[in-house]
Amino acid sequence: MSTIYIDNKQYNVKEGKNLLEACLGLGIDLPYFCWHPALGSVGACRQCAVKVFKDENDTRGRLVMSCMENIKDGLHLSVADKTAKAFRSQVIEWLMTNHPHDCPVCDEGGSCHLQDMTVMTGHDYRRFHYKKRTYTNQYLGPLIHHEMNRCIQCYRCVRYYHDYAGGKDLNVFSAHNHVYFGREKDGVLESPFSGNLVEVCPTGVFTDKTLREHYTRKWDLTTAPSVCNHCSVGCNTIAGERYGQLRCITNRFNSEVNGYFLCDRGRFGYEFVNSANRITQPIIRNRAVEAVDEVVVMDHLKQLMNNHTVIGIGSARASVESNAALMQLVGKENFYQGISDSLRFIQKRIVEVMQSGKVQPASLQDIQQADAILVLGEDIWNTAPVMALAVRQGVMKTAAHHVLENRELPGWHDAAVRELVQQEKGFLANCTIAASPLDELSSSTVHLAPDDLARLGFAIAGRLHTSVPVVQLDSNTQNQAAIIAAALQQAKRPVIISGAGCYNEALIRAAFDIAVALNTPEHEVRLAYVMPECNSMGLAMTQSAGFENAVLRTTREENITAIVLENDLYRNVPAHIADLFFNSVQHCIVFDSLNNATTQNADVLVPAATFAEGDGTLVNYEGRAQRFYQVYMPANKNIRESWKWLQKMEEIRTAQTAEQVYHPEDLLVMCERLMPQFAGIAGAVPHHDFRINGQALPRAPHRYSGRTAILANLAVSEPKPKQDNDSPFTFTMEGYSGMPPSPLIPFFWRPGWNSIQAVNKYQQEPGGALRNEQAGTLLFEYKRDGEAVYFKDIPEAFMVRKDKWLLFPQYHVFGSEELSAYSKGVGELSPEPYLAISSRDADQLGLVDGSLVTIKVFEQAYELPVATNMLIPNGVALMPAGLQGMPAMNWNAWVQVMSVKL
Amino acid sequence: MERPLTQYIHPGCPPFDLREYEMTGGYAALRKVIGSMSPQEVQKLVQESGLKGRGGAGFNTGMKWSFVPMGENAPQPKYLIANADEMEPGTFKDRLLLEGNPHQLIEGMILAAYAIQADISYIFLRWAYKKAAQLLRKSIHEAYTAGYLGKNILGSGFSLEMHLHTGVGRYMCGEETALLNALEGKRATPRAKPPFPQVSGLYGKPTIVNNVETLCNLPHIVNNGAEWFKGLGNGKDSGTKLYGVSGKVNKPGCWELPIGVTVRELIEEHAGGMKNGYRFKGVLPGGASTDFLTTEHLDVKMDFVSVAAAGSRLGTGTMVVMDDATCPVGFVHNLQHFFAQESCGFCTPCREGLPWVEKMLLSLERGHGTAEDVEMLQMHTQLLGPGNTFCALAPGAMEPLQSALKYFREDFEKHVELHKCPYG
Amino acid sequence: MIAQKLNTKDTGKANNTALYTTGVAGEPYLTDLERTAIDHEVAQVPYKSAAVIEALKIVQQHRGWISDDSVGAIAAYLQMSPAEVDSVATFYNLIFRKPVGRHVILLCDSISCYVMKYGDLYTALQEKLNIKFGETTGDQCFTLLPNCCLGCCDHAPALMIDNDLYKDVTVAMLDCILKKYT
Ligand SMILES: Cc1cc2nc3c(=O)[nH]c(=O)nc-3n(C[C@H](O)[C@H](O)[C@H](O)COP(=O)(O)O)c2cc1C
Ligand code: SF4
Ligand code: FES
Repeated sequence: MSTIYIDNKQYNVKEGKNLLEACLGLGIDLPYFCWHPALGSVGACRQCAVKVFKDENDTRGRLVMSCMENIKDGLHLSVADKTAKAFRSQVIEWLMTNHPHDCPVCDEGGSCHLQDMTVMTGHDYRRFHYKKRTYTNQYLGPLIHHEMNRCIQCYRCVRYYHDYAGGKDLNVFSAHNHVYFGREKDGVLESPFSGNLVEVCPTGVFTDKTLREHYTRKWDLTTAPSVCNHCSVGCNTIAGERYGQLRCITNRFNSEVNGYFLCDRGRFGYEFVNSANRITQPIIRNRAVEAVDEVVVMDHLKQLMNNHTVIGIGSARASVESNAALMQLVGKENFYQGISDSLRFIQKRIVEVMQSGKVQPASLQDIQQADAILVLGEDIWNTAPVMALAVRQGVMKTAAHHVLENRELPGWHDAAVRELVQQEKGFLANCTIAASPLDELSSSTVHLAPDDLARLGFAIAGRLHTSVPVVQLDSNTQNQAAIIAAALQQAKRPVIISGAGCYNEALIRAAFDIAVALNTPEHEVRLAYVMPECNSMGLAMTQSAGFENAVLRTTREENITAIVLENDLYRNVPAHIADLFFNSVQHCIVFDSLNNATTQNADVLVPAATFAEGDGTLVNYEGRAQRFYQVYMPANKNIRESWKWLQKMEEIRTAQTAEQVYHPEDLLVMCERLMPQFAGIAGAVPHHDFRINGQALPRAPHRYSGRTAILANLAVSEPKPKQDNDSPFTFTMEGYSGMPPSPLIPFFWRPGWNSIQAVNKYQQEPGGALRNEQAGTLLFEYKRDGEAVYFKDIPEAFMVRKDKWLLFPQYHVFGSEELSAYSKGVGELSPEPYLAISSRDADQLGLVDGSLVTIKVFEQAYELPVATNMLIPNGVALMPAGLQGMPAMNWNAWVQVMSVKL
Repeated sequence: MERPLTQYIHPGCPPFDLREYEMTGGYAALRKVIGSMSPQEVQKLVQESGLKGRGGAGFNTGMKWSFVPMGENAPQPKYLIANADEMEPGTFKDRLLLEGNPHQLIEGMILAAYAIQADISYIFLRWAYKKAAQLLRKSIHEAYTAGYLGKNILGSGFSLEMHLHTGVGRYMCGEETALLNALEGKRATPRAKPPFPQVSGLYGKPTIVNNVETLCNLPHIVNNGAEWFKGLGNGKDSGTKLYGVSGKVNKPGCWELPIGVTVRELIEEHAGGMKNGYRFKGVLPGGASTDFLTTEHLDVKMDFVSVAAAGSRLGTGTMVVMDDATCPVGFVHNLQHFFAQESCGFCTPCREGLPWVEKMLLSLERGHGTAEDVEMLQMHTQLLGPGNTFCALAPGAMEPLQSALKYFREDFEKHVELHKCPYG
Repeated sequence: MIAQKLNTKDTGKANNTALYTTGVAGEPYLTDLERTAIDHEVAQVPYKSAAVIEALKIVQQHRGWISDDSVGAIAAYLQMSPAEVDSVATFYNLIFRKPVGRHVILLCDSISCYVMKYGDLYTALQEKLNIKFGETTGDQCFTLLPNCCLGCCDHAPALMIDNDLYKDVTVAMLDCILKKYT
């Protein structure tokens, strides 16, 4: 701690920070642009100027940029100094000389860092009366809108996109006051992290193109804290609504999971909520009028349940609450995970490993802090994008850390650190089936068939601990194993990442063995397993049987009514199995929010709320239970959380009117009762009746407009605000206006800080954890002194077969995930189907890129073009996973590939 | 009068080749150093000689070197760079040395490299100096062949590589940290200091950037000693200086003179006085980014200390004379146009402030300006001052403007009053 | 058995099968001569991209200017992205990102030449060539550009055409100078 004096007041501040961070941390409003907590300082914008004095007798002082000055004990500085203030307001005046002053039509208006700083510095009168410089804008794809004239040249976009996220196609061009930020020519931004530009850019240069289609000012949005639905990472988000439509997703900062950034799937995938494909009405099939009301459907459901065996098919994308409600309704023994058995088997292993408590799970924060990372088998770039971004930071930070050893240079001095780092990188071993953008960061890159990757993993474990038997590998792989093992051994904070993506259970074990071998006092090892969906872990933790068991049962037993919860089974199992299921059950009740192949088979179809219209809890890949909150009440009352419908059904079935109205927290208590492995989950969230000073928390900011007139087209009198009995939130701007506890932050706003930069005000220190941060509840307990156990069961080496290929999924950020694919922009970016094989295999078959082949899967043949790649192992074929309209494949199975003779 | 740097330079004649250079005492300093002096001793000698950087800032060269980490544990490789970017308007002194005696520069560079134990050296040459490029290429080759460059120089165990890099424009490249970025194949934007290049320079390694003229002094200091060098000066500084005069004088040119000659002597004696019909009105003593001196300063000695005392800077020592027929507003506008154009675009005050200044000056020059514009200009001279911008480009730009506003304010006001340029 | 065509949608766009390319685009069609020269520069720097300015100079020397295709070719060769190359290329004023004439006239417009009335030369050149700064003559012979100080202030006004420096230039000399290039 150092003592510094700001405007003659004494403060104690942490060393190693710069003066800007110190001031912001003390709650002093000091304007800035080019500095960003995640990006560090470069001193470009000159907005953060303060006066620094030699000592208490110095009255003249000198102007310095606070973001570029170290904290020194005894330092005297002034923020209020007249020349400093004048200079800061002059900086704004300069920046505004060429600015178009188009706030009324600018998407950034009302959440604009530049507006905030302009007001903060007091610049309000224009003196520059010459022509403004103007630019041409670029087409940057379906997600990001570009409006260069608003640029204030803070360089944050390039520093984020290029330096931080590693994107290659955005940069700064030209010089002097012609500098231009964009691509070298029009085109879709390549990085799947481009959406963060929207928040990183302090002005309206880069804005959310999807929001533009149904634009709403930040102050007019009704927002709630949410959790991303589009992969197993569980990034925290803020979802905003107006007029019953979901308008946008922005990042919700937290220090444990996603920090400041989201991936584009998470940010732009929300539009499925507004899709025309939504199910809005209960439907009973084969009636004159299929769409029915609640009373009719309930009555009908009662008949389907009475005198029937009712089984439930759970969902990896439905909340813990909905799954638990289903389990409660059908009974534990009648609850099945709605995923294929092969996946269930792998996920079971993951849960076992995590529950064993032998190794600590790796949060994204842990990954960012890691000094050596091994990715074994999982294509995290595409299955858990923000995790890949964290890996990049881990690699870069390690390099920075290394060059800063024995130097006085502070870590925030971004440009200087980069200069010292040059091409140096921390250790990353990326071992996957096929090439990935992570390869360019990795010191060890291995592309092998999954079994061979597992063998490599065991070989690494064997080098770290003698309990794991020696694996025979070719000399090249042997070498890699030695390098990777040595690097992990040397690391203080190694992280091992694997996952279910390859449908290979041995990988899970191998990753575990490595982590266990590293779990010695010298290392703080962390382990992560990526799973396919947002609540895969929550579903897997039920430890229920898989879908194939349910199918088996339906073929053997008569009289079964199946309830399918938010799950398109055709995405999880091959069509003939799903068909068999629907043919053998007597009745089928389906809950979902969007029409799909499964809902086609429903006898009764019940509309389910999406994450935006309901409350629920998801368990992410680390076993972190996080709550998402309803953003708005859908106008259509039939749309409600599945768990609400299921409770109703429970009442009907047991013919008891529930004495107590169930709240989400009660469901979690029930979940804990049903399944002790969920212990603690009920404590994860504040109860629905949580209040601060007797006040609920408003979802709308106090500047929300049109409250009294918003529905004037329907009725003259102002309607009674909707009541929320499930959460501490109101649907209006009334309520507690202070800072809510971190899981209940619906938006970031503080006086003078309308832009997302307001996050600073919510943090303990700039860039650090939120005040009293609780980023969910971890459900796995680490048992520090458990004895090490190893799996040791090593698979045979992969053998190429003649005329057959072992088929694996190739994931895509855009297209592989079910719900986001319904969003226009994401859909546009998703690939066409293809079959990828190694260049050598292609040569042997006489195929070139684009040649048509047929592959035979379950007696059905599919025709598709070939994509050849040098880095795919021979004998392995990849097909894009999860694309809309593509059948579910039997992954990790042999397929025949035949050239189509034209 | 001794002219160590230019003694063998005869404009119009080709420069010495290696043999001629050696015959006139060339590379003797290198032999002396390598045989008998430690790097630290060379540093000390240069520090004691009082040699100040001739690139503009006037920092003691030996002192600058002393910040380079030395010894076994110092980062490798270390770099020595000759700043031959010379793009300061009104400056043409390094050209004389580059075209007139390339081996002198090369020897100076080897000496400097030895003093800081650099492994690799670069000459960063501005694009326009085609002839110099050709001569340097040839001379570097000769020096390699003779064993003055390359591995194990003269059997000493000291090795040095030397490369010639020619630029592709941009005044910013002359700023030493921007120069480093340009050498690394990046945009020539400056770097924040600290860390200084001595510690983290080219590719993040210890680096010294010295001006051509600075480096050319080294062989002579080594040969003749610190005391001799101090004795060369006329005023408060050591050595000789290359002075230049351009503008409407009778004999514009560049001469090596004892540091500390007066402005008057330069203009009247060496440059042959003002051209017929023109009267002296003011002068930028050391290039475009120095404050005007006027008639009252004609007897100021052209050394770092004295020029500073007169409210300007010695800068590069090449002066631009402004005559009474040239409009000071137009003159300053031309300078500000240059600076605005050459701003790298990194920091706000420079990128946005200079074009504004330029626009105000143009509108004043054309008679559209107002009294507020003059006030605004005055304000900008402070706002764009040292420390407020990221590097010294904008503060440099403000020097001629602030002094013009001080000495020629009437001219500015006339433009406002008359709504036209009084100079026609 | 009839094979089912796997076409999820018909957007008519190119088959996006790439697994996120790192942005290395552009046909690598540098000539052997250019390649050899670039290789020579690459050998002197710690990593390829550090030679990008040299590469731009080399290609410009051969082709007169740097087209978008040249940017792509250099990018591919140095394992950079086109945007990274162009960011550097557009910074430097003597890398031409637009076609220029066979000869480039650089007229010094800095202070000493200003005092010595380079403006008269500019006026004369405009008349003779019928082009302004930044333009190229209809016959593609000359491009006229302003340039900051050429470092020959003692012989102002000065101009350069290609590699030739002309000092103490007067309007009367212009015809004679230009003739050499036509
Ligand atoms: C905008 C700007 C341009 C400069 N241009 C040059 C130049 O062309 N040549 C030069 O030697 N120094 C130039 N300098 C000074 C250099 O930054 C640096 O101080 C000098 O090369 C150090 O050499 P010295 O210590 O030998 O003087 C320039 C500085 C600035 C701020
Ligand atoms: S585009 Fe935005 S982020 Fe980039 S420099 Fe301009 S204002 Fe800054
Ligand atoms: S925030 Fe400090 S200079 Fe930009």
